[in-house]
Amino acid sequence: MSKFLKLIAGTTLASTLISAPAMAEKMGLGRAATPDEIAAWDIDVAPDGTGLPVGSGDVFTGEEVFAEHCAICHGDFAEGVDNWPKLAGGADTLDHEDPLKTVGSYWPYLSTTWDYVNRSMPFGAAQTMSTDDVYAIVAYILYSNDLVDDEFVLSNENFLDVEMPNASGFILDDRETSEAHFWKAEPCMTNCKDSVEITMRAAVLDVTPDEGGTEEAAAPAEEAAAAPASTEAADAAAPVEQAAIDPELMKKGEKVFKKCKACHQVGEGAKSKTGPILNGIVGASVGAVDGFKYSKPMKGLADSGATWTEEELAAFLAKPKKYLKGTKMSFAGLKKEDDIVAVTAYLKSFQN
Amino acid sequence: MTMSFKGKPSRRAFLKGAVAATGSIAGASMANAAGDPLITQVQEWASGTGDGVDATLYGMPIQFESDVIRRNVEWLTADTISSINFTPIHALDGTITPQGCAFERHHSGAIELSKADYRLMINGLVDTPLVFTYEDLERFPRENHVYFCECAANTGMEWAGAQLNGAQFTHGMIHNMEYSGIPLRALLEEAGLDAAGDLKDKWVYVEGADASSNGRSIPMEKALDDVLVAFKANGEALRKEHGYPVRLVVPGWEGNMWIKWLRRIEVTTQAIESREETSKYTDTLEDGTSRKWTWVMDAKSVVTSPSPQAPIKHGHGPLVITGLAWSGRGSITGVDVSIDGGKNWQEARLGAPGTDKALSRFYLDIDWNGEEMFLQSRARDSSGYVQPSKEELREVRGLNSIYHNNCIQTWWVKADGEAENVEVS
Repeated sequence: MSKFLKLIAGTTLASTLISAPAMAEKMGLGRAATPDEIAAWDIDVAPDGTGLPVGSGDVFTGEEVFAEHCAICHGDFAEGVDNWPKLAGGADTLDHEDPLKTVGSYWPYLSTTWDYVNRSMPFGAAQTMSTDDVYAIVAYILYSNDLVDDEFVLSNENFLDVEMPNASGFILDDRETSEAHFWKAEPCMTNCKDSVEITMRAAVLDVTPDEGGTEEAAAPAEEAAAAPASTEAADAAAPVEQAAIDPELMKKGEKVFKKCKACHQVGEGAKSKTGPILNGIVGASVGAVDGFKYSKPMKGLADSGATWTEEELAAFLAKPKKYLKGTKMSFAGLKKEDDIVAVTAYLKSFQN
Repeated sequence: MTMSFKGKPSRRAFLKGAVAATGSIAGASMANAAGDPLITQVQEWASGTGDGVDATLYGMPIQFESDVIRRNVEWLTADTISSINFTPIHALDGTITPQGCAFERHHSGAIELSKADYRLMINGLVDTPLVFTYEDLERFPRENHVYFCECAANTGMEWAGAQLNGAQFTHGMIHNMEYSGIPLRALLEEAGLDAAGDLKDKWVYVEGADASSNGRSIPMEKALDDVLVAFKANGEALRKEHGYPVRLVVPGWEGNMWIKWLRRIEVTTQAIESREETSKYTDTLEDGTSRKWTWVMDAKSVVTSPSPQAPIKHGHGPLVITGLAWSGRGSITGVDVSIDGGKNWQEARLGAPGTDKALSRFYLDIDWNGEEMFLQSRARDSSGYVQPSKEELREVRGLNSIYHNNCIQTWWVKADGEAENVEVS
């Protein structure tokens, strides 16, 4: 234990610690990582290209892949949808009042884009894209930012040749010098300023979320009183539905639904997000959620009077793009039939 | 995830819940001649019985506290899966944040990773790349430390002006817990650092197991200093939303570096410059250049009560002003409070002596007679740093920094006890 105490005592002597030889004693815990394990997890890419795999992709392919996997959130032209990140534009805005920070206007290293797309995107289906597709997407993002022309092919060979506009736009943390005046021997205690006037009020903006706190304070008693009645009502309504639902299947379906959650909500309080709300979807008319902006093909299907029967839903979920060319749903599809059955059972439990 | 740090005004009535305190000012101190019925009459709870043991096998707060909860600001992010919410600091006291209401920040949602499925890899410039199971980690000598974890974007919405009306929303991206875990140093030395050569210019890159695989680069000096690989908080397992079963604790440094669901530690020759350390968590100055590697959280404080969500509901007379203070550069040595918008200051009382990189609670007990107040607090730390005013910060950084806003906060407390977030000259 004494060696650990020494460590704590040494926190202010980090420079001494850092040059000290490694501790002699090892605990003998853990096991050696295998090369395959390291290869599977160690995929980060550094600014000098360390970690970049062999591969290539062109702008044209990138546009297609982007449209399929990325555009639903980032827009067809990487301009961003709703509050999702804009990836293009914003050149020369960094010293403006509201800078637009994109890959083109802000990101200092191309490796960051490649690494992030490869490891963390698409949202809800990370690490499912091929190396070449990642190169292609990054090439397309560069093109969207007018940094390369439409003939451009990005590869591990020319990766370091791409110049990022804001590469020299960063300085290291300089607070200890530029803000040295915040270290004050004796801060002012009396008569520190002449007058105090209100210059801005949060109430004027009114962007604070509703809390419902003050109303809630009174609520529990009412809820307690209401609870028995609602339980009875639920019991009366439930048996018909529940008799048909296998709890194991439901549980599995809930798990499968995690793949859908990035875009869809279901259940009490659910709303349409990137994708429409799914309450009552099984057996519902196609394209019938109020206020949701469906793709043209989906609207067409709706106009034809189609219904999401279990069979149709299963076909759609297996291969969305094949079932309905041009659908906004960027999901690749559920490969296992079991998963489709389970998720359908799960969705059925949220019938209106 | 992109956060838009400026809200669009809504038509919602401001402070819907601005219930005047008038109704509750009566009470024990104003009992009628016959006496307070809560005392003179036998109450149900004093006669019947309450819940037996096992009524709740893992307890939640009593129903009367149902408003002490995390809250989010919907317009900030596109989706709750990649978003943040806020600790109800206006309603807490002491310094330890209960896990159940401690703010959450996810980039790809809170995942469920069991201890049995948990693996931690150490690779890169080490003598032997290693894989640890959860059980392996439990066999290393353990330490306990209390540290605050603050998101670099805490108070980020207030750069351009007073915006959100409540300490929870302006300062609630923070929590403070007692962590049990093992020094990162012990794991690095178990793998052996001879292969890394001179450690001065080396880094560790740490990443999480979730789909965002949030990764950050930490200089070796910090990694060998006080970073913890933690698996318990406040005595119990980490919550799912805080990285169960294992998270990194990087004392005093911005919360984004406290990797949750920690799965890999790589010793490298350079910073990886991942998305979260280039495109995000960098601070843009007025001239368009941006500071990077601004890891340390500067000294900061806020009055938590009274505040917009915690108005004064009692009458005139004794009033407890309280708040929180913290610094990533060391311990809090003192907090000054002003009730006149910064003209005059008086030293508040610390609930306990400040400790390294942990929250301190302060109190100022005054006699309040309904006068309007501009409440401010100013933290001082063991490095000699004094929390700056918003004006002082803007002079150096402009309005576009988003992160690291540690300015002095002002609450305008009115004669009726209500408080509002304002900026003053």
